Amino acid sequence: MLREDKRRELLDNFMRKHEYDESALLEILHKTQEIYGYLDNESLMYVAQSLNLPPSHVYGVATFYSFFKLKAAGEHVVTGCLGTACYVKGVEEIMQAVEREFNVKRGESTADGKLSLFVTRCIGACAMAPSVVIDGEVMGKATPELVINKLKLLLGGNKTETR
Amino acid sequence: MEGTRLKLGDLQKIAEHEVDFERAFKHRINVCCSSGCVPFGAFDVLKAFQEAVKEFGVEKECKVARTGCVGTCAVGPAVVIEPGDYLYQNVTPDKVRQIVRDHIVLGLPVKDMLYQNEAFFKKQHRLVLRNAGKIDPTRIQDYIAAGGYAAIVKCLATMTPQGVIYEVLGSGLRGRGGAGFPTGQKWSLVARSHSSPKYIVANLDEGDPGVFANRTLAEADPHAILEGMLIAAYAVGAEKGYIYIRAEYPLAIETLQKAIAQARAMSLLGENVLETSFKFDVELRFGAGAFVAGEETAILASVEGRRAMPRPRPPYPANSGLWGKPTLIQNVETLANIPLIVLNGGAWFSKIGTGKCTGTKCFSLTGKVNNPGIIEVPMGITLHEVVFDVGGGVADNRKFKAVLVGGPSGGCLPETLLELPIDYDSLTRVGAIMGSGGIVVIDDKSCMVDTAKFFTDFCIDESCGKCTPCRAGLAKIKEIFEGITRGEGNLEDLATLEKASIYIRDASLCGLGQTAPNPVITTLRYFKDEYVRHIVDKVCPADRCFKNVKEVNKQ
Repeated sequence: MLREDKRRELLDNFMRKHEYDESALLEILHKTQEIYGYLDNESLMYVAQSLNLPPSHVYGVATFYSFFKLKAAGEHVVTGCLGTACYVKGVEEIMQAVEREFNVKRGESTADGKLSLFVTRCIGACAMAPSVVIDGEVMGKATPELVINKLKLLLGGNKTETR
Repeated sequence: MEGTRLKLGDLQKIAEHEVDFERAFKHRINVCCSSGCVPFGAFDVLKAFQEAVKEFGVEKECKVARTGCVGTCAVGPAVVIEPGDYLYQNVTPDKVRQIVRDHIVLGLPVKDMLYQNEAFFKKQHRLVLRNAGKIDPTRIQDYIAAGGYAAIVKCLATMTPQGVIYEVLGSGLRGRGGAGFPTGQKWSLVARSHSSPKYIVANLDEGDPGVFANRTLAEADPHAILEGMLIAAYAVGAEKGYIYIRAEYPLAIETLQKAIAQARAMSLLGENVLETSFKFDVELRFGAGAFVAGEETAILASVEGRRAMPRPRPPYPANSGLWGKPTLIQNVETLANIPLIVLNGGAWFSKIGTGKCTGTKCFSLTGKVNNPGIIEVPMGITLHEVVFDVGGGVADNRKFKAVLVGGPSGGCLPETLLELPIDYDSLTRVGAIMGSGGIVVIDDKSCMVDTAKFFTDFCIDESCGKCTPCRAGLAKIKEIFEGITRGEGNLEDLATLEKASIYIRDASLCGLGQTAPNPVITTLRYFKDEYVRHIVDKVCPADRCFKNVKEVNKQ
């Protein structure tokens, strides 16, 4: 059961605004993720009960759409754009370099939880390809060196295992 | 209709007031603040201009405005100074003082900061993007001053719903979402359906990687979409509309939310639109990263809050759509054409483009091309003109290899097909699709086998898994690709690839599966030699494949 706190109040208000309408499930999941950072079993269960939907339905929707995250992200997040324009312009090399450098696989976080590496299908900054998003900021015309240097700077004080 | 005329007067008053207000300014500085320019500091540039005009004491003769996209997304932040349409490229806050001092105060445009590229704009024809880069998308007054909402006023005051449909039929407009179904016919079907209520869904779920034309439209001219929806609603008898937009487009969402609020406040949306008995309201619905949600039955499922899984048709959404009610689904680009058709007539529109494909089409031109960005060109323009004239040719002086038209399920077309005129039918004939308008230029550094594999991977990720040909067939294709790019392929694989592709194309439930094999089919058709070299010589001409194999051998 989701703990009663400010965050739950926000979620409750939002669901009330949508009159607990099951057709607003995606909006409600977006809001839940915005509030809690990701969707865990408790929050999914809470939404299911509130909207009077089977948990399987809510879980099914949450897992169907790639925008919904079922795991907490690391402290810093780097997302490579795997859109066509970025792929043609070499984003794959950047991804592999980050994976090697920080010992992390795409879709996962480093063992210490400091850095997550995600991929997305097109952020729409195609004219600036290849693009990488680092903690919400878009880096256009990225190269492996630029990305790794920026990440090292961000992780600077922290003891993240690098090779 | 007394009220309409009264409101028409109101709109005209607003327009006249705006025009007078604008006239007081000698210059207008338009700062592109769309998603292409914002990450590179467009809002800082906007602020710097606002400060600089004050510093030089020219704020009374110089209007600084935030606008949508001018199209030159690779040289952002972009700033246009009117009159004269001087386009400044790569503007940063530290360049702003010089621009204001030289251009505005001294009257000397800063030549070396200008985007010197006439060709990019020369062959374009901007209808849908008529206001992009020219008006402030966050001000409804700007849209009205540019002639906005005059079309819905015309409909309500002087046209019957049938009359509106007649003009749309006469325009020859076809759906811009990809399949190219005649818009007027779709409207007739929904209008004829007796069940009620009726719904409109505007599709802004631009899931194709490499495509951002719809986002550009929403960020530059959101009211054009709303007005198109209003007219469609009037014509088919709908009272409620949804805009289904990708959650990955925060700026477009914010812009649309603002536009909806403004339109409601001016009674352009809601009960009694413009004081008539016509009522229509719009709500946003957010996608969540599912390419298949662009398919029309899948989008319905998603708007209803379910997994975006397509279902067989019939019944068609025109008869049984949202909650089983008649629903008109249109791409936002289609809708943005509608006000122009109402104002100028279907006959006017039908003269643009080619006989069977009228009007224009917006494309996201990306990849290895000198002038990437958002372009709008008349139907029937050739691929050569798009890539080499508008696009300025292949970047870095590399050699042209292919152009991918239609997104991840489009076709890879070779140099020999560059003279092909772009329209729905000619593209389909050569194995590509219009899709939602992605054109990606590929140079000789890319391997076509690897490219086809990349798109197959994408379609596997995005397949909803409901029907077997798409789910299992694409996985089989991927297996074969992995073999070939590891150097373990054999020539029989090519026949298997082709056969599997045709099965998937013919037997899949929805557009995703039916078009997913296009990159495989077209690369096999036009670039077979590359497959053969991979298989027989174990050589990747672009040196992209076999990399892991080589590393293993070294060890």
